Amino acid sequence: MHLTPDDWEVIRLSLKVAIVGVVVTLPIAFALAYVLARGRFPGRILLDAIVHLPLVLPPVVTGWALLIVFGRSGPIGGWLDHAFGFTFMFRWTGAALAAAVMALPLMVRAMRLSIDAVDRRLEGAARSLGASPWRAFRTVTLPLSLPGVWAGLVLGFARSIGEFGATISFVSNIPGQTRTLPIAIYTALQVPDGENVVVRLALVSVALSLGALVASEWLVRRQSGRAHVL
Amino acid sequence: MSFEVEVEKRLGDVEIAVAFASGPGLTALFGPSGSGKTSILNMIAGLLTPDRGRIVVGGELLFGNGINLPPERRHAGYVFQDARLFPHLKVRANLLYGARQGEGRIGLDEVVDLFGLDHLLGRWPRTLSGGEAQRVAIGRALLSNPRFLLLDEPLASLDQARADEIMGMIERVRDELKLPILYVSHQRAEVERLAASVVAIRR
Repeated sequence: MHLTPDDWEVIRLSLKVAIVGVVVTLPIAFALAYVLARGRFPGRILLDAIVHLPLVLPPVVTGWALLIVFGRSGPIGGWLDHAFGFTFMFRWTGAALAAAVMALPLMVRAMRLSIDAVDRRLEGAARSLGASPWRAFRTVTLPLSLPGVWAGLVLGFARSIGEFGATISFVSNIPGQTRTLPIAIYTALQVPDGENVVVRLALVSVALSLGALVASEWLVRRQSGRAHVL
Repeated sequence: MSFEVEVEKRLGDVEIAVAFASGPGLTALFGPSGSGKTSILNMIAGLLTPDRGRIVVGGELLFGNGINLPPERRHAGYVFQDARLFPHLKVRANLLYGARQGEGRIGLDEVVDLFGLDHLLGRWPRTLSGGEAQRVAIGRALLSNPRFLLLDEPLASLDQARADEIMGMIERVRDELKLPILYVSHQRAEVERLAASVVAIRR
């Protein structure tokens, strides 16, 4: 199977969008997961619902909502444009934002399960041994919830690679900027002789997703020798 | 006085109210399971906040009069019933987790000798037997250079031979390090062998 320069451009773009989206989302997702797992405050259920909204909404609606908020005339998009001359519109950064928003609920869920599973009495043991709350978090809670962090990364990456609806309605279908793998496959399906492109890109998608799963399983095994992502 | 404790705490339907003062050596908190003995240790360690009361250990006010020292500033050597070793750290790292620099009255080598931990240092906690884990837990507590020890039924999960062995080690710690020890148990034999004074807890 020979990949054309156009195929490579799509693959590079998809990887860039997914990796940047997931890596930037990682600390936000972990903070949300921690707050949702441990926090007891009014509005927690509302926050939980908002985080999970992209999971249950039609992706096209999420994309439209992003357009409203981050478009050039939106409250955040307009401010970014005015203050920094920065815009997400029709750029790969917009595709990364859409991927991040769609991946967020999956990442939060995986990490939250892991944080819930940490025995809080171990944190008490750390504190009684002289650890500050921050040191107990860093040396006990965080390492013990790492399997969930890896799981969240893999799920988020796979979700980002597959993201279609929110991306196309938010930042459209621009070659080299927002035409990621699924959008390129969709575009190829619309042209009469696009079958070969579809087959090649579909196989690449399968390889990327499987690769991510295998890599994360390997990382987790190497790191602890006991926990599993799958 | 080693321990001067007077605390009240409501946990669900259970009302814990206890007051005692004890001299040097080992003091046993003796009573049936479910009588709140572990909660009392947690309050002394700072892991549970009393509703009201006062906790003084070795002359230092830990709780009361508006003071509530966080656990890391109480210098308690707390040995939990289930050992509670950190599962992601090997035995050596568990032992050294709370090791305080400089002021230590006991070092890693001494603890390793005293509790026979030499061959365990590179092992993961999940591969240890109950007795081995309990020895590591006591060693870990001692290495944090505590001002006093809290032992929560450290022999509960052990067979008689292992329990005798650990009891011997506790006696050595009691006699050589001269730390005030509060020891929770519901076994009369342990209490009679180890304790200088006994506080009976009723349900």
